[in-house]
Amino acid sequence: MIKFWNGWIKYGHVINVGIQNTLAYRMNFLFRAVFTLIPLLANILLWKTIFSDKAEGDMVGTYNLSQMVSYYLLILIVNSMTAVNEDDWQIAADIRNGVISQFLLKPMDYLAFRFSLFLANRLIYILVATIPVGLFLLWQRNYWTAPVSMEALMLSILSLSLTGLLQFLISFTMALLAFWVLEVATFIFILYAFEYIAGGHLFPLDLLPNWLETMLYWTPFPYLLSFPVLIYLGRVEGQAMWNGIIVQTVWLVIAFLTARFVWNRGIRSYTAVGG
Amino acid sequence: MRKETRISPLIETGWKRYLSIYAALCQNSIMRDMQFKVNFVLWLIVELLWFGLQITFISVIYSHTDHIGSWSRYEVIFLIGAANFIQQLFHAVFLNNITQLSEHIRTGRLDFMLLLPVNPRFLVSLRTMDLGSYVSTLAAIAVMVYAGIQLELQPGIVHFVGFAMMSVCGVMIHYSLMLILASISFWTIKAEGFAWGYYNLFNVARLPDAAFKGGFKAFFTFAIPMLLVANIPTKFFIQKLQSPMEILSLIMMAGACLLASEIMWRFAIKHYTSASS
Repeated sequence: MIKFWNGWIKYGHVINVGIQNTLAYRMNFLFRAVFTLIPLLANILLWKTIFSDKAEGDMVGTYNLSQMVSYYLLILIVNSMTAVNEDDWQIAADIRNGVISQFLLKPMDYLAFRFSLFLANRLIYILVATIPVGLFLLWQRNYWTAPVSMEALMLSILSLSLTGLLQFLISFTMALLAFWVLEVATFIFILYAFEYIAGGHLFPLDLLPNWLETMLYWTPFPYLLSFPVLIYLGRVEGQAMWNGIIVQTVWLVIAFLTARFVWNRGIRSYTAVGG
Repeated sequence: MRKETRISPLIETGWKRYLSIYAALCQNSIMRDMQFKVNFVLWLIVELLWFGLQITFISVIYSHTDHIGSWSRYEVIFLIGAANFIQQLFHAVFLNNITQLSEHIRTGRLDFMLLLPVNPRFLVSLRTMDLGSYVSTLAAIAVMVYAGIQLELQPGIVHFVGFAMMSVCGVMIHYSLMLILASISFWTIKAEGFAWGYYNLFNVARLPDAAFKGGFKAFFTFAIPMLLVANIPTKFFIQKLQSPMEILSLIMMAGACLLASEIMWRFAIKHYTSASS
């Protein structure tokens, strides 16, 4: 029992140190949060122009203008809360520079260590982003929609946390490729590109042809971003929603096992050059 | 700098000297790129993927509407091609160099660069050349040709020359704004931060200007002229310009940005006190 608590305290310290280190880069975070708003605003204005040329009450897919804008606003929130921003580069750098050697000696699990830092990172980012994102939401408040039901709200929060975990585990695994290749950035960008479009960042996935949308819901991408939003808006409900959460959980388990597997293979091939 | 360049850069004078230095730098960059062939190909794939993604986005939008403002589907596709073309040219010549600036400051290599007998802005801006981005421009050209055929354009020589010159203005705008952002790194913000920030601005450059009105349009025309960079060359080429004033505004804003970046750069250099001392 004592051992168990020691574990928590240990990683609690990591979070604490992580917060202090991250605070040094608060300007970076603020800058990032502000710049995220630019393409988002551009997209919103683009849709406004498209809708303004349509007849009153015309829909794009199943969306009217305010539903479309609120979709983007919610995506912004999910993205700010869950997206990994520097963790993957840091992990890759740790491997390249041999910093991970010390984790092979310490009674600390690298994945848990990184996850603690991810939490610290997210916490600071959310605090910093609250100002610009909050102002932006306030400005666009007319398009704000309440969750479709209390149940939807709770489940979207649940799905949101699964999204965060999945984001972290996938980035972690991608960064571990640094064990084998010199530059992981290309792989990360390839994955990010898929996530950007298939995750629903650029547009709601139901604007796609039906067969393609259905297929995408079997991939991990929607669960990296848009799924909690769809629950919140009541666009997936009942059985479909539960199925989605199950698929999300399954992907999470797969991602966790893959992360462990890749890590084990990675340290086996790791030679700690110069260390 | 490589020693085996035939003409010693130090003997030549003026722009000829800079040309020969640049030739040596390019040669150096190509040789380095060719050492990492797999990586070179992977980056090409990344660029193509992002390019495809933008076209997908527009195709999805046009599957639900037949115009954005006054822009038809293939006009926008041409615009995306042009925006990508200009962006890739900017990548090829400048981007990597400027994102490395904050690293040069952090490691103190900038001190060394300031001591070399060349203009520091030249060295900071043009030290490496990215061959892959030149290759990527081919994809952008292919998309523009395809869109041009769909639009049944019949461009004359004047359109090609005009488009090329306006693209240069666009590259200058990207370059100047990026250098201004990078100059800020003399004081704060890590390189990844502003490089990433600038990627967000590219997103605005490839959208049709007619989609925007009011404050947003004014801001991205006269403060951060993203809506001029690719829109004006495109509108000139597809003969969609409303007035020659639009060309003038592109040229004026390119000039203004260059000037602003020079002022900012001089200010930053003047107040630079090495990282380690």
